[in-house]
Amino acid sequence: MRPVPVPRRLAAAIAIAASVALGVALTAPASAQELKIAVAADVTSIDPHFFNLFPNNNIAEHIFDKLVQMDADSRMIPGVATSWKTLDDRTWEFKLRRGVKFHDGSELTAEDVAFSINRVPTVPNSPGPFSAYTKAIVGIDIVDPYTIRFRTAAPHPLMPNDMSTIYIVSKKVATGAPTEDFNSGKAAVGSGRYKFVRYVNGDRVEIVRNDAYWGEKPPFARVTFRIIKNEPARMAALLSGDVDAIEQPPTADLARLKSDPKFTLTSKISHRVIYFNFDHLDRSSPFVTGKDGKPLEKNPLTDVRVRRAISKAINRPAIAERVMEGQAIPSGQLVSEKLFGHNPALKAEAYDPEGAKKLLAEAGYPNGFNLTIHGPAGRYVNDEKIVQAVAQMLARVGITAKVETAPMGPYSGRASKQEFSFHMVGWGASTGEASSPLRSLLATFNRDKGLGAVNWGRYSNTRVDYLIEQALQQVNDENRMIMLQRATELAMADLGIMPIHFQFTMWATKKNVAYTPRTDEYTLAFQFRPVRQ
Amino acid sequence: MQSVVVLFVMSLLVFVGVYAIGNPIDILINPQADQIDRERAIAALGLDKPLWEQYLVFLKGALTGDLGRSFVHATPALGLILTRMPATMELAIAAMLIAVVLGIPLGLWAGLKPNGVAGRTIMAGSILGFSLPTFWVGLMLIMVFSVMLGWLPSNGRGPTMLLFGLVPVSFLSWEGLSHLVLPATNLALFKLALLIRLTRAGTRESLLQDYVKFARAKGLSNARVIGVHVLRNIMIPIVTVIGLEFGSVIAFAIVTESVFAWPGMGKLLIDSINLLDRPVIVAYLLVIVTLFIVINLVVDVLYSALDPRVRLAEAKG
Amino acid sequence: MSTVVPAVPEPAARAAQSPFARIASDFVANPVAVFGLVLLALIVAAAVFAPLISPQNPYDLAQLDVMDSKLPPGSKSPNGGTFWLGTDDQGRDMLSAIFYGLRISLMVGAASTVLALLVGLTMGLTAAYLGGRIETLIMRIVDIQLSFPAILIALILIAVLGQGTGKVIAALVTIQWAYYARTVRSAALVEKRKEYMEAARCLALSPARIVFRHLLPNCLPPMIVVATVQVAAAIALEATLSFLGLGLPITEPSLGLLIANGYQYLLSGKYWISFFPGVALLATIVSINLVADQLRDVLNPRLSR
Repeated sequence: MRPVPVPRRLAAAIAIAASVALGVALTAPASAQELKIAVAADVTSIDPHFFNLFPNNNIAEHIFDKLVQMDADSRMIPGVATSWKTLDDRTWEFKLRRGVKFHDGSELTAEDVAFSINRVPTVPNSPGPFSAYTKAIVGIDIVDPYTIRFRTAAPHPLMPNDMSTIYIVSKKVATGAPTEDFNSGKAAVGSGRYKFVRYVNGDRVEIVRNDAYWGEKPPFARVTFRIIKNEPARMAALLSGDVDAIEQPPTADLARLKSDPKFTLTSKISHRVIYFNFDHLDRSSPFVTGKDGKPLEKNPLTDVRVRRAISKAINRPAIAERVMEGQAIPSGQLVSEKLFGHNPALKAEAYDPEGAKKLLAEAGYPNGFNLTIHGPAGRYVNDEKIVQAVAQMLARVGITAKVETAPMGPYSGRASKQEFSFHMVGWGASTGEASSPLRSLLATFNRDKGLGAVNWGRYSNTRVDYLIEQALQQVNDENRMIMLQRATELAMADLGIMPIHFQFTMWATKKNVAYTPRTDEYTLAFQFRPVRQ
Repeated sequence: MQSVVVLFVMSLLVFVGVYAIGNPIDILINPQADQIDRERAIAALGLDKPLWEQYLVFLKGALTGDLGRSFVHATPALGLILTRMPATMELAIAAMLIAVVLGIPLGLWAGLKPNGVAGRTIMAGSILGFSLPTFWVGLMLIMVFSVMLGWLPSNGRGPTMLLFGLVPVSFLSWEGLSHLVLPATNLALFKLALLIRLTRAGTRESLLQDYVKFARAKGLSNARVIGVHVLRNIMIPIVTVIGLEFGSVIAFAIVTESVFAWPGMGKLLIDSINLLDRPVIVAYLLVIVTLFIVINLVVDVLYSALDPRVRLAEAKG
Repeated sequence: MSTVVPAVPEPAARAAQSPFARIASDFVANPVAVFGLVLLALIVAAAVFAPLISPQNPYDLAQLDVMDSKLPPGSKSPNGGTFWLGTDDQGRDMLSAIFYGLRISLMVGAASTVLALLVGLTMGLTAAYLGGRIETLIMRIVDIQLSFPAILIALILIAVLGQGTGKVIAALVTIQWAYYARTVRSAALVEKRKEYMEAARCLALSPARIVFRHLLPNCLPPMIVVATVQVAAAIALEATLSFLGLGLPITEPSLGLLIANGYQYLLSGKYWISFFPGVALLATIVSINLVADQLRDVLNPRLSR
């Protein structure tokens, strides 16, 4: 047989492939005016009131304004409102900035603010409404185009915090507009630093600088947010130069990023605390058994000595160092240092396995017991690894621990029905102060008061409840601060929940771009700036 | 008719399953929301109704072409999938092209010279291609071609242009094409191995057939024997397989899409499963089933075009 | 993975030699296949004896220390041993983890294959033997199922069932039984027409006896080929599911999960966490495929030289 004419065709194919590769190598680099950022989570909508979801809000921060803004340390600063004050216990007045223009050229006035607040609870099919931040308001008075008053049924000191979450849309454009119109861009008209260009579902969001912005103008004229959820793919996008910056570089790659002169790693302590819930219910806890595998009649976790022993058994610095690659700081409370309500007296529990064993013996469990630890998969930074490390550490003081993890959906469904004994969660104090975790995580569960909504362990302490409820109505900042600190102290003495650490939020950039990191984890294009080399 | 039954059963299964796994509101809603907000959101999505009622609502909508709205994206689920479809189709077609253009000649070669060095190497390579997990190869490709050599972009889809003024495609520009190369290669690998093996087996079998021996005996040139008789004969099973495998390429794109951050509908499915976005999961299934029916139809047509016996049988039957 | 099963060959009819001896002698004629078989035997042995040969029990959390995490290959362990292949992010000895991971992967692959084989055989034989409406119905289901890619069905099933080892096996069985059903039915149909079946029927043997003593053994050779390929496919599919985050629990990782865990460390130069399990997975699948390949050639008389 003679050879078949395969080789020639193959050669042709290779030649084509090679020319493709060459052609690619010659494409021009992005201009300095342009910034490409890879974000880690899917943007589901451009409608800023549809879904209170981190990635959606991250985009909205660029396109829309708020009455109150948060600075990089989660402190409130003037936004569209230049000042705010209480007229009496139940009335707040906000003064608006003059000359704030929407992207279509029309002026932003109190009418638009009132419209936006009224729109929040009415967005159809919202899976996660913003109404928690508007429902204190029982009446809105527009005094003049630049003055607006909010009336509340009870004293409501957190009004400015609430207003730092509500994006202002244009009444003219957004009246009657469904969420789709925002996604297509038709109704995505805000007054923010950037104008909306394009949203490709699951792929990217493109925005351009708003040159008519009232405040400082951002350095980059065109910005593309690429959505790359897969960690190594996101990292590879940075390494190969496809993007200028990424959020949440995988902890696995930190060492490399730190040592590579082509990149900069920026990180900042986040408002998010990673903690464990105990089963506080007086019952035979579902995932605690004796060493013989038989269920225990009494729930050992209701004994504060057992909780303390567990807390002492955990080597928090080791978790921060090894599991988190140094990107976490051990914690003994709910909010980190710069946030309102932080209690400087509360330190992270020291690692003390001997003390833990002693406490367990005192509580009547000298040989420990069996425990299954539950954790979410892929929700928080290294969540599955933290849970496993905790299990290792408990095993060393005699508590034989197994680990089960599940995606957040089924996980939180079960956790909220008290189906677990000991499980991990995270909480971001998005209002930038301690009442947020206190009222949701530690106040006694009460559906009608809206307290303890995420108190999945069902911790309950009337003194803590009293302090929280007082603080929520205390308009005086100093008094409120003391109440929040005291409530935290009491709850921590009980180990109502067991904090592990505050995680750091990280950004990795090319050397020629710098980022001013933020406590609230947002990746904001206007906080990037070019760096001359 | 059969496919309608399949659809019905599948949608029911997904409905019950997703319902049993958890309530999407638990993941979707902001943790700051209290119990009352939560209940309101559940009601807004119609999740407070009993399961059978939710299903009836879905069926009623489905009959009028409305598959419900995505819980997460607020847009109709069907539309959402259709906007993601061109990306997946482009990827799948590119992968299939690579597999066919390389696989058939290589397989032919290996079949003609089963004991030569090249033939053995090709076969060894195909076993490797068969065995390498797609996701692992994907990352290796990124490591080598994007990070180390810097030739090709690591992920995502390039700029798109409208083909026929309708379909956004990315292969019309250099940059778009460069984005396509790695994921398409990754996706093609498994099918390439499969095609090599099929072509080789077919070639070997057909070389033993009497008509090939007869053609040889007649003194026809080698090229003609292979080009006309062998190739034509093995094309029939291969076309069938290409058709059937095209569906599997679309499904397998799920893996490649996650590795290369390719904004196709496979990635959408994974996201939707993680968020329990039921309308999208159901709509994806429906679209895929329809797609498969179309593919099978096309295969049947091609099949009869290629094989006169089938035509005859059909004419008689 | 939807491996296309080639047309079922007629089983060998060479009577002179015992079939096993013939198959064995044909099999060893190919050194590559023998290599595959030896490799496979080693892998299976490693998996079976994992608890005896592993330096550490990687599933016992008390034996792990997060302070030993991510050590490169050859590092010393605190209790005097050596981490020959390094450690993963939990301080697991990679060598032990791979042995145990092999165990899980092979267990999942074998369990799902055996179960699927049983279901497929029963359905296929029922269809072939009874014929008529039941055959049509069963084969319809098979056709429908085979027209869907395995990964898609697996994903949907996992989405519906939730995660866990048992559920992954259930999903794999659901996917695979159809291959066997189709293969065994076509083999059985061929056998049914042969004289010995006629003879058996004339002797008024019970249907069960005919099916199990006569029909089944003669349908086995093609099934063996399909089963070998499907074990490899099942292992690969489980790895893919685990990679997509929809597979097995994290504390008792299979090979696929080990790769997925180490995947994020690949770019950072800590290659061993993902690389070695990847090699193990590759070796397993390749060796199974090599064996399957040769079996197919051996059991297909038309291609024998």
